[in-house]
Amino acid sequence: MKIKKNPVLSMLFFSGLFLLIILIMQPLNIWQFGEKIVVLFPKGMIALEQRNLLFILQALMLIIIIPVYILTFVFSWIYRADNPKGKYDPDLVDNTVAECVWWGLPLILVIIASVLTWVKTHELDPYKSIESENKEIKIQVVALQWKWLFIYPEEKIATIDFIQIPENTPVQFELTADAPMNSFWIPALGGQIYAMPAMTTFLNLIANEKGDFRGSSAHISGEGFSRMNFVTRASTKEDYDKWVSSVKQSGSELNLERYNELAKPALGDKPLFFQLTDETLFDDIVNKFMHPKP
Amino acid sequence: MFGRLTIEAFKHDATQSMAVLSMLFGGVALISFITYLKRWKWLWNEWLTTVDPKRIGIMYIVVVLMMFLKGFGDAMMMRLQQAFSVGDSQGFLSASHFQEVFSAHGTTMIFFVAMGAVFGLMNLIIPLQIGARDVAFPFLNALSFWLFASGAALTLVSLAVGHFANAGWLSYAPLSSIEYNPGEGIDYWIWIVQIAGIGTTLGGINFLVTILKMRCPGMTFMRMPIFVWSCLCANVLIILAFPILTVTLFMLALDRTLGMHFFTVAGGGNYMMYTNLIWAWGHPEVYILILPIFGVFSEVVPTFSEKRLFGYASMVWALIFITVISFVVWLHHFFTMGASPYVNAIFGILTMIVAIPTGVKIFNWLFTKFRGKVHFTSPMLWFFAFLVNFTVAGMTGILLSAPPVDFQVHNSLFLIAHFHGMVIGGFLFGFFAAFTYWFPKFTGFMLDEKLNRYAFWFWSGGFLLAFMPLYMLGFMGATRRLDHYEASTGWHPLFILVAVGAVILFCGANIQFFGLFWTIYKRKQNWDHTGGDPWNGRTLEWSIPSPPPVYNFATIPTVYDRDPLWDIKHGKTAPPKKEYEDIYMPINTPIGMYIGGLSLIFGFGMVWYIWWLVILSFIAILICAIIRLSSKDEHELITAQQVKEIEDEHLRRMKSHD
Repeated sequence: MKIKKNPVLSMLFFSGLFLLIILIMQPLNIWQFGEKIVVLFPKGMIALEQRNLLFILQALMLIIIIPVYILTFVFSWIYRADNPKGKYDPDLVDNTVAECVWWGLPLILVIIASVLTWVKTHELDPYKSIESENKEIKIQVVALQWKWLFIYPEEKIATIDFIQIPENTPVQFELTADAPMNSFWIPALGGQIYAMPAMTTFLNLIANEKGDFRGSSAHISGEGFSRMNFVTRASTKEDYDKWVSSVKQSGSELNLERYNELAKPALGDKPLFFQLTDETLFDDIVNKFMHPKP
Repeated sequence: MFGRLTIEAFKHDATQSMAVLSMLFGGVALISFITYLKRWKWLWNEWLTTVDPKRIGIMYIVVVLMMFLKGFGDAMMMRLQQAFSVGDSQGFLSASHFQEVFSAHGTTMIFFVAMGAVFGLMNLIIPLQIGARDVAFPFLNALSFWLFASGAALTLVSLAVGHFANAGWLSYAPLSSIEYNPGEGIDYWIWIVQIAGIGTTLGGINFLVTILKMRCPGMTFMRMPIFVWSCLCANVLIILAFPILTVTLFMLALDRTLGMHFFTVAGGGNYMMYTNLIWAWGHPEVYILILPIFGVFSEVVPTFSEKRLFGYASMVWALIFITVISFVVWLHHFFTMGASPYVNAIFGILTMIVAIPTGVKIFNWLFTKFRGKVHFTSPMLWFFAFLVNFTVAGMTGILLSAPPVDFQVHNSLFLIAHFHGMVIGGFLFGFFAAFTYWFPKFTGFMLDEKLNRYAFWFWSGGFLLAFMPLYMLGFMGATRRLDHYEASTGWHPLFILVAVGAVILFCGANIQFFGLFWTIYKRKQNWDHTGGDPWNGRTLEWSIPSPPPVYNFATIPTVYDRDPLWDIKHGKTAPPKKEYEDIYMPINTPIGMYIGGLSLIFGFGMVWYIWWLVILSFIAILICAIIRLSSKDEHELITAQQVKEIEDEHLRRMKSHD
């Protein structure tokens, strides 16, 4: 089957155009959206480390992918059927050295990436407490249908869909759910972890800058899950202390009765603030699905 | 009497009613068209009751194209909703309807488009490439198809009666448990996937045995075409992985219908086990889809480079390597579930290892072009689109396989961009290449090259526009499956861009459908004048007439090396002598279709708790199976004289086209 026009030329032209669009698109994106690209411009140490690993792996991969792209077009161009200069050697079907190179080269890169992954996975284990001179604060997180309940067990306060934390202070989240599986994610501060009923998981994060960061449930948990957003406010220690005492004074009480009211499936419209009067509330929620003690 | 089926199940909102009406209209139009052409008898005798793998393969592809339109419609609805539903605007879909739409999109595309296309290709190509007249179990093959079709039909039924699942295409527990999801949606999903999945398992067994036992004389393992090798690996994966799916779905069904506690939150169930089991099947599943496509490109690239495949042995070992490793990486789908860093790191590293054999394959394809004569026909263009997008998706896959990075991009649109790069950039473009490449083999005429090229540019451009911004959206914190987001997130411009990309893709798909009908309409101008070898092929399927006669090979070929037709063309082996012999072929039977139809009724009964219907249809299925098992002679004779007449007729027809 013959094609009359020179398809190779138009092919290269269009491909070039596409690649150019992609190449231009990324800086444009970054210029346009800037700080909103939270994974690439993180506000916390954990997210920063995770981003750096992403960049390093990406660079490693490009060592192979860029030559592949170039070779694809170079070979197709040189050895196009209507090029009289291209050598033709149909019986060239094996070359041990060449094949060793492309089994070996990816192998070396994968070994480097593996070592990196092993070290970084242990370093950035979400269960590991972050070392800092400031005292860690604990926040217990309960995913409800479809809102987040945050309990500050030491400060004895609780909130719905709002967290305030002091900057440069490690935060340990202890998560559970009274709902289907959810994923707790504050991209500006670091990676996510699932919040699951009848068990607890842990996540350690730190904010190194002040600001309001968006958090959400990254995993579908029913009808209202896309509105399960919350604000994480990182502030100075003084502002944080002020906020805690104001919640303590003004908030209504959170006990089991009020909790059962909150746990009914409904969208969380706006943040709510409570004093925590029932100190075993979190454990009760975790143990809710267990059989009662004999 | 009707279980929990009430009149409520037939009430829908406006968008769904539109879909139901268009489906009914399409059905009525199709039935009247067939009646108008007086083709019912032909349809019954030649197609519906057939056990010929070529016919079954074509029926697979027809179902695939229909389901592809449906899945594409779902995708368009999602992207349009996301372009509109920002801030105060709520879009045109309610949250629960949106969740049904994306669940249906995933289920349709994976089970009825991708799996159907894989089985369609296996049915069409494997017997021809290994020099066989049939598959090992012709009736089982028809049965697999009808179970697949019955699953597809149940998907369409779910559109009209009641609601589809709303918990994503894998229906994670505990969201899919009766406690959180009491409706019929999840049951639809369970029985759709269950029926189609059993068909897949049977098909996998059939093609594994076919490849192992039906190869023509001289075709040793290391002389098989790479496409056959890739299907062999895919079938091994099917046989090992699909029983896991079947059992998991049964356990979920027991939880839901009989109140058991495998995956419930209360009562000692462990829903994390559901995630574990479903991915123990789910990860091999994606390799079941992509391996045959590696095989397709291993046929397309050498043919259009006028060379033999570079590094055959390497390719085979790479396939085997991927097959083995694909079973030990499934945990990378839930790094975020809180496993220890040891577990996460080991599975991350195992996942990265997959990059090695995949990289080897890409290099071998590139070096197949080296010192070849590269023809830029549309299958080759699809190879370029594949290579560019698949490597990008592979690279982001490696990023996802490192647990610390995964924590930041898992469940985000970055993940969506990654795996659509794999299934569209990898699987779908490969299927398009295969479709264009083998189309003349089964019709005798070529697909319209010009329209195919237009489609190619629409798909490549549209793909970049529809999926590249998703990587950025993922970095901006956009999670998957959102029916609404706040304006302050700043995602809106990118979502609009994505929707525009989706529209361009939709144009591309429409050009292809139009191209298909146009080609059939103008077939006289597109005749394949070579009579069976339009691309100057290398493998056995190009040595026989197009479309192949019912017995495929008048004389069973004997093979002395890889690429037997290439050897004949280059004078390395003598062409086979034309000696005709009596051939026994299996006769048609409607029982496969009956069992498929009964499974549809069975599934419907299970969904709506209509127990008498379930029992009756199950007994009827057993009776059908017994009738089939006790029938004696299932073969008919085609005499040597008749074979000669068919072959001569082909030669005559070829001359008349010139």
